[in-house]
Amino acid sequence: MKKVYINSIASISPQKTFDNTIFLDEITDYNDTVIFAVDPDYKQYIPPAAARRMAKGIKMGVVASKIAMEEAGIETVDAIITGTGMGCMIDSEKFVSAIIDNNEQYLTPTSFIQSTHNTVAGQVALGMECKAYNFTYVHSAISFESALLDAKMQLENDEAHHILVGGVEELGDHTTKVHRVVNHIKPKPVTISTVLNSKTKGAVFSEGANFFVVSNEKKESCYAELVAVETFNTLQKEKVSETIESFLTENNLKIEDIDVVVFGNNGDVDFDTYYNQLSEGNLSKTQQVFYKHLVGENNTVSAFGVWLGSKILKTQTIPEIVKINEIKIPEIRTVLCYNQYRGQNHSLVLLKK
Amino acid sequence: MSELKEELKAKIIEQLNLEDVSVAEIADDDALFGDGLGLDSIDALELIVMLDKDYGIRLSDPKEGRKIFESVQVMADYIEEHRTK
Amino acid sequence: MGKGVAITGMGIISAIGNNVLENYDALINGRKGITRVENIETIQRDEIMVGEIKFTNDELIARLNLPPENNYSRTAMLGAIAAKEAFTNAGITNIKKYKTGIVSGTSVGGMDMTEKYYYEYLTEKAPQKYIESHHAGDSTQKIAEQLGIEESLVTTISTACSSAANAIMLGARLIQSGKLDRVLVGGADCLSKFTINGFKTLMILSDTYNTPFDENRKGLNLGEAAAFLVLESDKVVKAENKKVLAYVKGYGNANDAFHQTASSENGDGATLAMEKALKIAGLNPSEIDYINAHGTATGNNDLSEGRAILRVFGANLPEFSSTKAFTGHTLAAAGAIEAVYSVLALQNNVIFPNLNFKTPMKEFSMIPQTELKEKELNTVLSNSLGFGGNCSTVIFSKEA
Repeated sequence: MKKVYINSIASISPQKTFDNTIFLDEITDYNDTVIFAVDPDYKQYIPPAAARRMAKGIKMGVVASKIAMEEAGIETVDAIITGTGMGCMIDSEKFVSAIIDNNEQYLTPTSFIQSTHNTVAGQVALGMECKAYNFTYVHSAISFESALLDAKMQLENDEAHHILVGGVEELGDHTTKVHRVVNHIKPKPVTISTVLNSKTKGAVFSEGANFFVVSNEKKESCYAELVAVETFNTLQKEKVSETIESFLTENNLKIEDIDVVVFGNNGDVDFDTYYNQLSEGNLSKTQQVFYKHLVGENNTVSAFGVWLGSKILKTQTIPEIVKINEIKIPEIRTVLCYNQYRGQNHSLVLLKK
Repeated sequence: MSELKEELKAKIIEQLNLEDVSVAEIADDDALFGDGLGLDSIDALELIVMLDKDYGIRLSDPKEGRKIFESVQVMADYIEEHRTK
Repeated sequence: MGKGVAITGMGIISAIGNNVLENYDALINGRKGITRVENIETIQRDEIMVGEIKFTNDELIARLNLPPENNYSRTAMLGAIAAKEAFTNAGITNIKKYKTGIVSGTSVGGMDMTEKYYYEYLTEKAPQKYIESHHAGDSTQKIAEQLGIEESLVTTISTACSSAANAIMLGARLIQSGKLDRVLVGGADCLSKFTINGFKTLMILSDTYNTPFDENRKGLNLGEAAAFLVLESDKVVKAENKKVLAYVKGYGNANDAFHQTASSENGDGATLAMEKALKIAGLNPSEIDYINAHGTATGNNDLSEGRAILRVFGANLPEFSSTKAFTGHTLAAAGAIEAVYSVLALQNNVIFPNLNFKTPMKEFSMIPQTELKEKELNTVLSNSLGFGGNCSTVIFSKEA
């Protein structure tokens, strides 16, 4: 079995993360319940003729994929695999509301065509003229991890050498309103420093695109080795600790071997307990970091967690803003990412230097 | 007639989201598809709906559209002849 | 891939039957399930024909014994019915004994409820329970719940009309890599106003019975369905002394990278997908006994797919047919529906007819199998092609 490496990363998020030369140096604070991604100059990457039908999610996906390809220094890949929990919300909303508002008359095809979940992967392939394997996973909070697992298996078996993997999510107005109604979104605005202790239900909703080139050969740009990916449709709160321990055992590691753990806390009083029990329990002596206070919550935001872990391993630095506790680590060698959403769809991703 | 042509050009730009094109840049005889304005089969479907909605002309076969949408001139001629609104 | 991955159970619900037996009976008797739409109120009713499952949502709820406060979308209910049949068929009683997962494909997901209650969600309390069932992964989570699959790998693929074929592909990979011992693979999609009107805007819906590979084809009939197959590792098959229905012998996925919705004129993506699948199966084109084509009966698909088949098979073209004239195009579920039909073909050594075919296409002289035909079958190749250029091929075989 071949080893798998993360050779490049790209992130478009509510923070200015699309520039790979910096690492959360400038932080944009907000006071809100929904936060949007900071737009790179899309025109620099996408010709106007191609961009004219693209909603924001597609643009973010296409640009993040280009940044990742550039950094890896490759022109094409053997597979394009994306994850998106909610898919192309903007065009879906446009088409559903047009059906209702116009009573099924005078409908045009563009928003329907652009609404399918595989639009981003299709557009990336079209832009690269890449006829290779092309998949899109759409399973809520593990959409990205499913893509990552698929890529990992193909690389390990040497069926592919370079694979572009990414997660993308865009905000749609109506969907946001609807999720507010069921209290999935925080009732009152919060800031970066208050979100975690807000003691309220729901999360700060957001959007973004995080793409990676993963390969079974190490490039100069390499960030980390991708050691293991595991997902669980359900997991009882009481079983998270032991599940993590057996996951580590399978990979010949112990809790003490983890230098940094990346948690997916989003400040939802009902579900942060999944992480809190670990930070107070068997991972209390481990350096803990989090990121959703900076980039909000969406179905593929856990890819930002992998971005963060990769960046920490490569730069051997941990920005103060992501630290939950303070543990001295001489060398950061192993990073574990744990995420879940509303108590379902848990994921574990293990990275090594 | 020339009013209709200007109207069509503006509608094409708006409906098809041709951000970088202005009305003045589209000549009456410019090819809309292929090497001209670069429109494709999805655009043709958009224009078919426009014919129906704005001019009361219903096409059942998308292939018909290709001939009618050859240029703004051809489109305008066709609309003049067949419009019901 | 050398040895195949065993298929040990299957389940299906479609416009031509509520289980595997009923589907088979309809297929061999040439009984199609294409009618006017009844369960959805749409102004397109008289302009289209569909492959509809005649149960209302209330009837499906009763069939599954769901509590009144359930928030199952129609996609989830159809999926649960087919998944349960597949599990029963595979004789699975103890789920915990082996590492068991699910990979499902869907494109509609919970859109049927979203389009029904779109604005009501903001003001009415009762339908708000469906807000969480909108996302595509929800139907798969519900199927897992119905089968009692917990703490496991459960995921969903959405690559338009090739989704379920891709689910089979991932499932086979998960078994081969040892990630899982057993995996339920397939797909589910219900009819919705969203897809009816969406395909209508593309002007590719036929107003009468669809006619795959016919010169005068007028487009597709949308359908709704769900189908699942149980894939098991050699270890499980051996330990449990399992009866194997057939094997997943090869698979291939490629992207046409040509146009967002249209297939390339020469079917580059489909050609690549078939070639990859043959290579993985270790088979020559001449060793394929029957092709279950995607054959949606749109102008574009049948020409592009036909050319791709000719490119791959040339003079070795075996019998081929599209079963879409029976079921309609069931979108994300199609690959699973046709996987079940491919296995039925292998088990019974029959080729199902391509209904409604009259006139060969002028571009080539390919003529589908139009009558039920008995033939010793060892291998069946099934194509699924979709929007976004997604092309997939799965090869099923009698022997590993």
